[in-house]
Amino acid sequence: MQDQIIEIIAREAVLEPAQVRPDMTLEDIGLDSLGLVEMIFSIEETFGISVPFNANEPGETRFDLSSVGSIVAAVEELISEQGTPAVA
Amino acid sequence: MAGSSPRRVVITGAGTVNALGRDVAATVDAMAEGRSAIGALDFPDVERLSMRIGAQVRGWVPGDLFDGARLSLYDRFTQFALVAGREAMAQAGLDAVPGDPTRWGAVIGTAGGGNGTVNDAFRAVFAEGKNRVHPFTVPRLMNNAAASHLSILWGLMGPTFSVATACSSSNHAIGLAVQMIRAGMADGMLAGGAESMLNFGGMKAWEGLRVMSPDGCRPFSLGRNGMVQGEGAAVFVLETLEAAQARGAEILAEIKGFAMTSDAGDIVMPSVEGAARTMRMALADAGVSPDAVGYINAHGTGTTANDRTEAAAIHAVFGARAGQVPVSSTKAMHGHCIGATGAIELLACLMALRQGVIAPTVGFTAPDPDCPLDVVPNTAREAQVTTVMSNAFAFGGLNAVLVLGRV
Repeated sequence: MQDQIIEIIAREAVLEPAQVRPDMTLEDIGLDSLGLVEMIFSIEETFGISVPFNANEPGETRFDLSSVGSIVAAVEELISEQGTPAVA
Repeated sequence: MAGSSPRRVVITGAGTVNALGRDVAATVDAMAEGRSAIGALDFPDVERLSMRIGAQVRGWVPGDLFDGARLSLYDRFTQFALVAGREAMAQAGLDAVPGDPTRWGAVIGTAGGGNGTVNDAFRAVFAEGKNRVHPFTVPRLMNNAAASHLSILWGLMGPTFSVATACSSSNHAIGLAVQMIRAGMADGMLAGGAESMLNFGGMKAWEGLRVMSPDGCRPFSLGRNGMVQGEGAAVFVLETLEAAQARGAEILAEIKGFAMTSDAGDIVMPSVEGAARTMRMALADAGVSPDAVGYINAHGTGTTANDRTEAAAIHAVFGARAGQVPVSSTKAMHGHCIGATGAIELLACLMALRQGVIAPTVGFTAPDPDCPLDVVPNTAREAQVTTVMSNAFAFGGLNAVLVLGRV
């Protein structure tokens, strides 16, 4: 699952998955605000989950966007809370 | 056109429908009282939205306002425009346009056009499995429907068209109408904006962008968390100062300056430089200095990005006076009416010029260090002003600023 999440992040940042490391920030991978919204949409669609996120207060959400690793952890937590992944 | 001095363009009529009121008087009363029309949205499937608030026009019964044969051609945004146009013409003291009707036209800004008609038709074919939509789906949904029906109703045979530049649509429409009159392409215009996107499909699209507030519109306030939609229309009668004086019309204000520019940058993020450049150009077009401006009606959407950027742009243009000139966003009262918003907000400008009342920025909870402005928080204020400015900065990086003055 971690690979799948990183694949989505990499695709939105127009990078190869191998170029994306867990310690990298969104800035490091060059993801702007629109890319971020599209990445969240892609994660929601892929895993059948709902991600709490308002672009006006990115820091307010419990969806931790501080690094690739934190995003992966947050998605895994949401999947475990909200049910089985829609995609095997 | 003969003559060496450019034609001056004035407003002689104003009309509106929005969540604050069904006419100009009710709207400016609500603005002066600082009343907000934002509340729970009410339409089919609203429970499937995560953002369920807006400034919706309530109790709208089109059958009471239009005859049945014509009504089937009118989307809700057209209905709003026609009712606003009727009030504007009455205010201007006109039951028909004065002079040559081939020299009068209509330009109406709208972003979504007949968005409600699109929503209904898509629901029928996709959700309900029908194989037939209403035969007038296309003439109802087209963006020029409101402008065209105004021209049909009032016999305007000159230039008529729609402008679709998102949140700048109305200011562009009004500004272009001014330019056409100045240039001698028309002697008079009905100009303004109309919008109605408060339906399930329309709001679902907005929700996707993650810029909407779930709990309220708080422009320039610390802790603001996004925009809240509204709907409605405002239409103005524009004509030359000379013609208005000749027929003894009451002159509401002069539109002294207009500028439109493009950021050529981001598709959604605003630009300080673009906003500041447009304000400066509009003031130059009006021939007034920033010191003359006594009120700025801000774009003030309540998003973190717009309000911070707009505040910085006002500081760039107004310098030391930036913290003193009253700046308010009326969107916290009537919602962000998108393609109609600039036209509805022009009513706050007219109120400032004519009644000496500055509309407040309601919903204000605490100052944001990123927005060091006098935003007239929560309560209207009396002030004598002679020159006002109205800002609109749209998605797509399209800016439109109007400067109005007393005659």
